[in-house]
Amino acid sequence: MSIASTGEAAPPRRRWIFIVPIAAFVLIAIGFCLGLTINPQILPSALIDEPAPQFDLPPLPGQQHGFSTADLKGHVSLVNTFASWCAPCRMEHPVLNKLAETKQVPIYGIDYKDQGEAGAKWLETLGNPYTKVGADTGRVGIDWGVYGVPETFVIDRNGRIRYKHVGPLSEADIEQKLLPMIARLKQ
Amino acid sequence: MQRILFQLVVLLVLTLSMSPAHAVRPDEMLADPKLELRAREVGAELRCLVCRNQSIEDSEADLAHDLRVLVRERIATGDTNDQAIAFVHARYGDFVLLRPPFQFDTLLLWGGPLIVLLIGGFAAWRFYRGRAELPGPTPLSAEERRRLDAMLEQGSET
Repeated sequence: MSIASTGEAAPPRRRWIFIVPIAAFVLIAIGFCLGLTINPQILPSALIDEPAPQFDLPPLPGQQHGFSTADLKGHVSLVNTFASWCAPCRMEHPVLNKLAETKQVPIYGIDYKDQGEAGAKWLETLGNPYTKVGADTGRVGIDWGVYGVPETFVIDRNGRIRYKHVGPLSEADIEQKLLPMIARLKQ
Repeated sequence: MQRILFQLVVLLVLTLSMSPAHAVRPDEMLADPKLELRAREVGAELRCLVCRNQSIEDSEADLAHDLRVLVRERIATGDTNDQAIAFVHARYGDFVLLRPPFQFDTLLLWGGPLIVLLIGGFAAWRFYRGRAELPGPTPLSAEERRRLDAMLEQGSET
């Protein structure tokens, strides 16, 4: 009899040994599932709520005005980095043209690492949505934390960066994200 | 045998003397080898944001080239290594650092192994402590011993 009693099921207080690993697995699995919803291509900007960097970009060949930090003071605006060699920018361009037509917000352009007249020709053929455009050799892009064109920044009236969109803007991005944010910043 | 040993030694020396290929172009390099070495140390700490898992020293991406030139400029004008890293960090955020900083939102990253060790240690402690509590075999009673002896005697007779 005394031998049989030692072979019985584990006492209830040791059940946790079986429950804890399953609970840990479930927690970790939930964490990983949430992780899968994060898009690894989009990095958060380190410059959110920081003042826009100091820069003074020369105009594109054949144009009058460049683009500098001073242009951003006093009103809510968008700053868009683009390049003639960038395929997604071509996709985005008509969307920017359409937004510029509504005159809801000035769009400034940073022509990122274009050779010679390529940037100016691009605007001639595809239309120019920009209030002002500057030609950047790459250094100002680094100051803005740009790691791939196109990137678009929302600037508040104090010249601070409030939001960064990585990749081409779609009409939905503008309707759902940018315009509500611009309306809020204008208040 | 000696010959094989010699060949192995040669192979070992050749393997150890190989260094990883750098993407640094000759025209990027600083003239002062000491400064160039420091620039490489800085570059090895910075992630290329285009290819993500290479340092800017190893990457052929255009942005990595621009950042290498930038780092070399900062070093040449008197930045310390930390200042040069901080300059890039301020623009691109924590992700640009290949060595994650120890701060609040990386507590789980750095503390994770310790937490796992503590949980494992606790579980092992519980397991072995529980085991020591198990009763050992109870000694035979006088009656049982008598019967066992009887059986053994019977067995040896047949």
